[in-house]
Amino acid sequence: MSLSAKDKEIVKAFWAKVSGRADNIGGDAVARMLTVYPQTKTYFSHWKDLSPSSAPVRKHGGMVAATITDAVNKIDDLAGSLLTLSELHAFTLRVDPANFKVLSHNLLVVLSTTFPNDFTPEVHVAIDKFLTAVALALSEKYR
Amino acid sequence: MVVWTDFERTAIQDIFSKIDYAVVGQAAFSRCLIVYPWTKRYFGGFGNLYNAAAITSNPRVASHGKVIMEALEKAVKDMDNIKATYAELSALHSEKLQVDPDNFMLLGHCLTIVVASQLGKAFTPEVHAAFQKFLAVVVSSLRKQYY
Repeated sequence: MSLSAKDKEIVKAFWAKVSGRADNIGGDAVARMLTVYPQTKTYFSHWKDLSPSSAPVRKHGGMVAATITDAVNKIDDLAGSLLTLSELHAFTLRVDPANFKVLSHNLLVVLSTTFPNDFTPEVHVAIDKFLTAVALALSEKYR
Repeated sequence: MVVWTDFERTAIQDIFSKIDYAVVGQAAFSRCLIVYPWTKRYFGGFGNLYNAAAITSNPRVASHGKVIMEALEKAVKDMDNIKATYAELSALHSEKLQVDPDNFMLLGHCLTIVVASQLGKAFTPEVHAAFQKFLAVVVSSLRKQYY
């Protein structure tokens, strides 16, 4: 399920539309994940406030969005560009990689509510493949 | 036993009262076949499913999408008895159709995405959580009769 040239084109074109609102989208996705899949809250016990509008949630969403934007720009070498983050998630944060799929799903839902007309099935499959590839790159250093 | 809060009951019933079954069913089911193409394996008799355009314009996909929504409505109408409601459908999917139960949530994801695009801001994280819980109960009930 690797990214074809067509997939990369679609991802870049769609993400160009997203870029102005990427911060908000990231924040909404993290907030949604914590509400809909409460088991993910276990990784954020160091934040006092886990509500959707809390500062750490929004900030973290912004960080996630910035990383994804960067990944779109380095789409030909995801493993390389995400190496440091992979080490962080593997050795320090020790997030079960199954959760990457969960955050991805919430990102897709937010994209769907924000871009109801642009988030067509063709864009959906390309973005889903891309997020899966990002998750794989993030899992690289786990074992 | 599934316990539904008042909020959850209202949220689910509200969603189903607002959506057009034909539109949402067709959109969700066709999206599933496009985004997770291996699911096409169960629909060999549906004619041309070769690419996204073919799937989107396929009349059997459209009518089956509506069938799925009508089946989901049965669960919405009797939320305290979803397991019993789906006992027969579960046996059908396992014994006759032989569907890998991991596929059920794939359709669930696509339905969530379509409902989200229809409801926009109204599909808040809390409403989304209720919908996710509903889908989890439906999927679990459909898995019940599998060996």
